[in-house]
Amino acid sequence: MITTDILIIGAGPTGLFAVFEAGLLKLKCHLIDALPQPGGQCSELYPKKPIYDIPGFPEVLAGDLVDNLMEQIKPFQPGFTLGERAQDIEKQEDGSFIVTTNKGTKHHAKIVAIAGGLGSFEPRKPELDNIASYEDNGVAYMIKDPEVYRDKRVVIAGGGDSALDWSIFLANVASEVTLVHRREEFRGALDSVEKVSELVQQGKIKLFTPAEVTAVNGDGKVESVHVTVYDEAKRVEAIECDAFIPLFGLSPKLGPIGDWGLEIEKNAIKVDNTLDYQTNIPGIYAIGDVNTYPGKLKLILCGFHEATLMCQSAYQRIFPDKKYVMKYTTVGGIDGFDGSRKEAEKAVIKKIENAHV
Amino acid sequence: MSDITVHIIDRKGVKHTVEAPTDMAMNIMELCKVYELPVEAVCGGMAMCATCQCYIISDHNLGGRSDDEQAMLWEAQNVKENSRLGCQLVISESMDGLIIELAPEV
Repeated sequence: MITTDILIIGAGPTGLFAVFEAGLLKLKCHLIDALPQPGGQCSELYPKKPIYDIPGFPEVLAGDLVDNLMEQIKPFQPGFTLGERAQDIEKQEDGSFIVTTNKGTKHHAKIVAIAGGLGSFEPRKPELDNIASYEDNGVAYMIKDPEVYRDKRVVIAGGGDSALDWSIFLANVASEVTLVHRREEFRGALDSVEKVSELVQQGKIKLFTPAEVTAVNGDGKVESVHVTVYDEAKRVEAIECDAFIPLFGLSPKLGPIGDWGLEIEKNAIKVDNTLDYQTNIPGIYAIGDVNTYPGKLKLILCGFHEATLMCQSAYQRIFPDKKYVMKYTTVGGIDGFDGSRKEAEKAVIKKIENAHV
Repeated sequence: MSDITVHIIDRKGVKHTVEAPTDMAMNIMELCKVYELPVEAVCGGMAMCATCQCYIISDHNLGGRSDDEQAMLWEAQNVKENSRLGCQLVISESMDGLIIELAPEV
């Protein structure tokens, strides 16, 4: 059982920043996310897109924003349960909660903060009859640990950034990388497209376009796939492989959180925006894009604000008798749970001698 | 610049006739959201999710699909000849009387 003060569901920018604000209050956080990496939409959908409305950043790439947030919260040592979806919640007699993921990982926390964005990202799966039986036996829809594919023969399907970037990465890890896409054109960052062309020319990536994986074969695990090439002959090639990774993008679903007894309006969780973004269940908060209230704006900067007020309320809930005075980081500095300390350099007080004329 | 009229057929076949401003750089996806029609718009208008896919029913000439839009529609489901992404259709006076139908939910 993982225990923490605040369990944050969703490791997007709002969830990550909540760790910082909680840390200032000496509250520990643990995050659950269905995606294999932190950052939510920013990492998964548009890591290379610039964002222009983060206060103090005239322009920042979504991926860099996530990297910065990870750096900012590092002193507060957040825990992560990645690649798992929050499934069930049980309120305990003492008012705390136990949240269990779809993989059975249990988390015990005094406070639950749902920062789930648009919901948990579910992979779009190709329509192949028997594909479900190969899931976790060679078929994967997202890559959690690329080392799994070391010296393996991998077939990747898809035409977007993740198909391109993983093909590039695995070209140096796997023994064989085959990339299959329905079209001859790929859509991604220019450098990724160019890098893949280069690797194809060097024979490090085998490319099939326009083509589609039309069958998965193997005894209990993936042993080969059939690729139908849409040329005039419509030939079908059998490719021996150890893994088949369709990367067709992810679509978000509110998922099991929708059944937690929370008040839902238009696919979002209703919260009290006059105070602390608490839901109708005391002790459960909802912050960022996942919540709704009159005048709600789905902006990262609004999520940061909501996370900050949520943490103050969570502190009061955990320590009802303690008086807390908010301290500016310019005054109090930052004391990390790792023993690190950041603080403003002291000004010197020193007499300046006048010039001898 | 005056408002135009757009007809949006939702997924239950119900036709909504709405007024759309032409001076706000609003697009069809945003128009659907303003009138609380069931368009998810996951990516917020970056042509990256296809949740605002719609079919153009009237014979308005809306120009061709943009490169990003075309690439997204290659990947999307339920795509037809007259499929467009609502987020890529900026409302203009020439769209007066436009009839669109929302594509099935993905």
